[in-house]
Amino acid sequence: MIPGPFDYQVAGSVAEAIALLDQHGADAKVLAGGHSLIPLLRFRLASPAVLVDINRLRDLEYIQEADGTLHIGALTREVDLEASDLIRRRYPILADTARVIADPVVRNWATVGGNLAHADPANDHPATMLALGAQLVATGPSGQRLIPIEQFFTDSSFETTLQPNELLTEVRVPAPSERSGGAYLKLERKVGDYAIAGVAAYVILDGAGHVTYAGIGLTNVGPTPIKARAAEQLLLGSSLDDAVIAQAARQAAAEAQPVSDLRGPADYKRAMVETLTMRALRQARSRATGGA
Amino acid sequence: MSIHHIRVTINGKLYEGDVEARTLLVHWLRDGLRLTGTHIGCDTSSCGACTILVDGKAVKSCTMLAVQADGRELLTVEGLEQNGKLHPLQEGFHVEHALQCGYCTPGMMMAALALLKRNPDPSEQEIREGISGNLCRCTGYVNIVKAIQYAAQKLREPEQVPAGSGGGGE
Amino acid sequence: MTTTSAGPHVHGLGEPYKRKEDARFIRGKGNYVDDIQLPGMLYADIVRSPYAHALIKGIDISKALQVPGVVAIITGKDLEAAGLAWMPTLSGDTEAVLAVDRVLYQMQEVAFVVAESRYAAADGAAAVEVDYEPLPVVVDPRKALAPDAPLLRPDKKDRQPTNQIYHWETGDRAATDAAFAEAEQNGVVVRQDMYVPRIHPAPIETCGCVADYNAATGKLTVWMTSQAPHAHRTLFAIVSGLPEHRIRVISPDVGGGFGNKVPIYPGYVCAVVAALKTGRPVKWIEDRTENLTSTGFARDYHIHAEIAADKEGTVKALRVYTLADHGAFDAAAQPTKFPAGLFHICTGSYDFKHAHVAVDAVHTNKAPGGIAYRCSFRVTEASYLIERMMDTLAREVGKDPAEIRLQNFIKPEAFPYRSALGWTYDSGNYERALRLAMEKIGYEELRREQAEKRARGELMGIGISSFTEIVGAGPGKHFDIAGIQMFDSCEIRVHPTGKVLARIGVQTQGQGHETTFAQIIAAELGISPDDVDVEHGDTDTAPYGLGTYASRSTPVGGAATAVAARKIRDKARKIAAYLLEVGEEDLEWEPGRFYVRGSPSKGKTIQEIAFAAYTNCPPYLEPGLEAVNYYDPPNLTYPFGSYICVVDIDRGTGEVHIRRFLAVDDCGTVINPMIVEGQIHGGLTQGLAPALYEQLAYDEDGNVLGSNFQDYLIPTAMETPRWETARTVTPSPHHPIGAKGVGESPTVGAPQAIANAVVDALAHVGVRHIDIPITPWKVWAILKEKGLATA
Repeated sequence: MIPGPFDYQVAGSVAEAIALLDQHGADAKVLAGGHSLIPLLRFRLASPAVLVDINRLRDLEYIQEADGTLHIGALTREVDLEASDLIRRRYPILADTARVIADPVVRNWATVGGNLAHADPANDHPATMLALGAQLVATGPSGQRLIPIEQFFTDSSFETTLQPNELLTEVRVPAPSERSGGAYLKLERKVGDYAIAGVAAYVILDGAGHVTYAGIGLTNVGPTPIKARAAEQLLLGSSLDDAVIAQAARQAAAEAQPVSDLRGPADYKRAMVETLTMRALRQARSRATGGA
Repeated sequence: MSIHHIRVTINGKLYEGDVEARTLLVHWLRDGLRLTGTHIGCDTSSCGACTILVDGKAVKSCTMLAVQADGRELLTVEGLEQNGKLHPLQEGFHVEHALQCGYCTPGMMMAALALLKRNPDPSEQEIREGISGNLCRCTGYVNIVKAIQYAAQKLREPEQVPAGSGGGGE
Repeated sequence: MTTTSAGPHVHGLGEPYKRKEDARFIRGKGNYVDDIQLPGMLYADIVRSPYAHALIKGIDISKALQVPGVVAIITGKDLEAAGLAWMPTLSGDTEAVLAVDRVLYQMQEVAFVVAESRYAAADGAAAVEVDYEPLPVVVDPRKALAPDAPLLRPDKKDRQPTNQIYHWETGDRAATDAAFAEAEQNGVVVRQDMYVPRIHPAPIETCGCVADYNAATGKLTVWMTSQAPHAHRTLFAIVSGLPEHRIRVISPDVGGGFGNKVPIYPGYVCAVVAALKTGRPVKWIEDRTENLTSTGFARDYHIHAEIAADKEGTVKALRVYTLADHGAFDAAAQPTKFPAGLFHICTGSYDFKHAHVAVDAVHTNKAPGGIAYRCSFRVTEASYLIERMMDTLAREVGKDPAEIRLQNFIKPEAFPYRSALGWTYDSGNYERALRLAMEKIGYEELRREQAEKRARGELMGIGISSFTEIVGAGPGKHFDIAGIQMFDSCEIRVHPTGKVLARIGVQTQGQGHETTFAQIIAAELGISPDDVDVEHGDTDTAPYGLGTYASRSTPVGGAATAVAARKIRDKARKIAAYLLEVGEEDLEWEPGRFYVRGSPSKGKTIQEIAFAAYTNCPPYLEPGLEAVNYYDPPNLTYPFGSYICVVDIDRGTGEVHIRRFLAVDDCGTVINPMIVEGQIHGGLTQGLAPALYEQLAYDEDGNVLGSNFQDYLIPTAMETPRWETARTVTPSPHHPIGAKGVGESPTVGAPQAIANAVVDALAHVGVRHIDIPITPWKVWAILKEKGLATA
């Protein structure tokens, strides 16, 4: 499996990367971790004229909390997210997600931004970011703009609302409030696989234990990452008891759009969305109320 | 198509060459530089036979372009032995019988090396997770886990591990 | 030099001697086929069919020839002109080297592109334009024999116009049917359909070769991933017409074989043709997709099995019907006389008085095969069916699976045991192995725990597999590969200074022959394994052998090695008698030394004798100290074991978690316990794989699903449990050192232990069978049907 020919440009700065993207337009592909792109090139399923390598942009590798927001540089490697003390302590749902992406060697090089910008419904970060209500920073020739995560993916697989001359540069996640918690659960055929189904759940409770925010994102059970809006609505204002969790889990399953494939029949995947949503919400509740 | 001149430090030695943009790093190492200890087992970044260290991190060299390695420091299996002394991982793989056909072994050792750099005292579960990007068809992994435990202990307490009993080769 | 104590410690049989071959592998200095680079070498890439069945209307290579770096392109028509478009398979079929006018499976070889680099070859292959006319496909073997099924092999003009390859049966049908009639009246009959799916050995190193033809000397050298280099040399000679002494096949370090590297593949033949055509060395290396989709698959047996027993569960008769899917060409690698291999070992460890087996094999639009994936010619399918059926019988008569086995085992005193299907089992003690396994794992306690858990609604299962293997083919009278009898060989040269070079006809792919065969010689001659180098794989230097598969290295090659070493010792005795001026009958042997009976201080070491063989040889003997043995075994060997697996099932997801897996193996005499244990760990993992993960599936259009390692699921360290092992030792009475072979036992024995455990977890709700691979969704569907699914 040998890639077809292409040109290669290395970007020395974000501005340079954007200039290159602006110059080459749709003929260019951004090369970040490359763990989706390079296999596509090897199978000759993609044939960009030029790759714009952004791996030298060390200033896009950071994880920091400021002004009530978590800022993750788009080039942050999954391993750094997984190993970050801050993430493990304050954003366990992100640690949950990072540690089940592909395998540990892949995670050394794979990036958070790439996992989102490739817009593969089988990737894991989209569901988590949908649950968290993240915002994405797109940088283009005319500066930065913020894209709410639910406006980032289109109705088509592998497509985002990024312009060809824009680069995803940062992911922003609201810092956790006092009684908040989330979890990401992924069912896979074996380690390193894409999800049979994955569910990210995130809740914020008020002082009385009622849900003031609920986010549920689904992995690999539809043509795009899915935000289970109706299930979220069921949770809002509830006391997040087992009955409402079960009800929301059933609703999330109803919102999934799985198809039968090598990862199992559609009815199984739909049922797994229910199982995983139930388990993720229970864990989110536990974390929101001080448990692990 | 573009040709790029690259300078890469591999196992402490500087290599230079012209590569096509599309040249996979593993092909440059093997065909270009004749460093054939790094192997190829798949096309999908699944098997880990091609694992090397790039700037200290384990990377699958089939999923990186040679041109991306420009200016970086690489370590391949050929660089593990220093001054005629085997690395504790090499010793561990021999002593614990952690290899059979030997094909996955270099990649497995490099993944293990990266693991031990990050976590010098891993549990069995952490070792299993750490090598879960590397496939072995011969050993069933039990002895690979033991070999990595052997190396971990030896790296932590160089004098504590007794030499393996009886043995050919080493 | 005199030795007065017992001889030196020589690390012979039974010692965990560290492997001699490790030194190169741990340094990255192995020498695998793709590591070979010759001056002027070209690289090849293969154009393959996207269709499972199509006519080739035309091949346009003009654009491809313009691709920079492309040197030559070979098509089926070119080969046809040279009489090389077809080659014999190991099962008497003929297989297309490159398709001429018709492709019969997806990824079949259509054109061979040779270029200055891997990259140019790939570009050239991408530029070849092939005009196909798709034809209807046959994917389901159960439909292959329908009257309206498309005829896949019009080239087989000597046969009936049908997709049937063969019908084969063995055993006493009348007596078997009578036993069933009796059981229907007065006993019990259990029946089960089961499918042992198509899987692939998928060694981490794919197949490949480097072909180099020297026009000046007329010598062809082929480095190739071969488990049987001599047999391949002979086949190359027959196919190509080149004189066999001018063909040298070298199998260098091989990165795992597991049966995948037994057949000859079109790529090898094309590389040879390309080397002849271009006058330059040609390298061809498969990528992973090519490996999984076009080279030797395994299994693919649709089995219907029935047991007749009395009401107490004592077995009377076994009846089996199997439909075998061989794909487009019957390229099964197995002994000529037995089209279904050794499948008729399927009475297993149990004392069946009557049995009958029938097998129909058919062509479909799938890759050709099948080979034995770490197994001795269909033993895995056989063992799977009988071990599954014994569990089914146990349920039927209300007995514990352990009890039904203990009740029906062939008794130790019955060996040598003649089975109803004609095999003579050499030795065994099945009850001892099962009882040891039960004791080690705490069987009774596990059953109690299971009952408690069941009461709480938790699902836990315990599965047993008490398998019997049949390995080590020959004898040559009954077993041959493409006509060549299945003996094996060893040549030993003791150099004047007492160091030894041994060359063997079998070929390691990781089994550790360089160590274990040195240990056999060490044990026989009292020379340290460090002083014995073992070579293999080069047909110009190694004695003729049939290669390594079907666990035959130790039973056959190991026997040849022991016998050759004994010939050396016999001659050494003569030389020692001469040197010590005594009669041969006055000498005693201890490891490494002959001494005069009654005068232990008067002796000669093997090293002293070796020196004398070249410097002071008795005038009545030929000088030198060498021996060769070609060993034709009198019988096969029958390793066995009992495995117990404990699983827990997640009622929310259907996932199966293997909590424990204990393997008790009996492979007769153990040469190197470390290597044996390593073989068992690896084999168990390749038994786990098809039980829960691996399958090469096809869609209804004949597209291969699972054509790379993202979808063909090889277990990682995370899926693989920490294997527990133990052993009993029941030597083979006919093997020179009592060894039986072990590399494949665990792959043969493990899948059904796991399957039995999962079925056991669900037996209380009436589940009797789940086809492997047991995926979470198969289990979940049952949980749902039985009302056991929870979130």
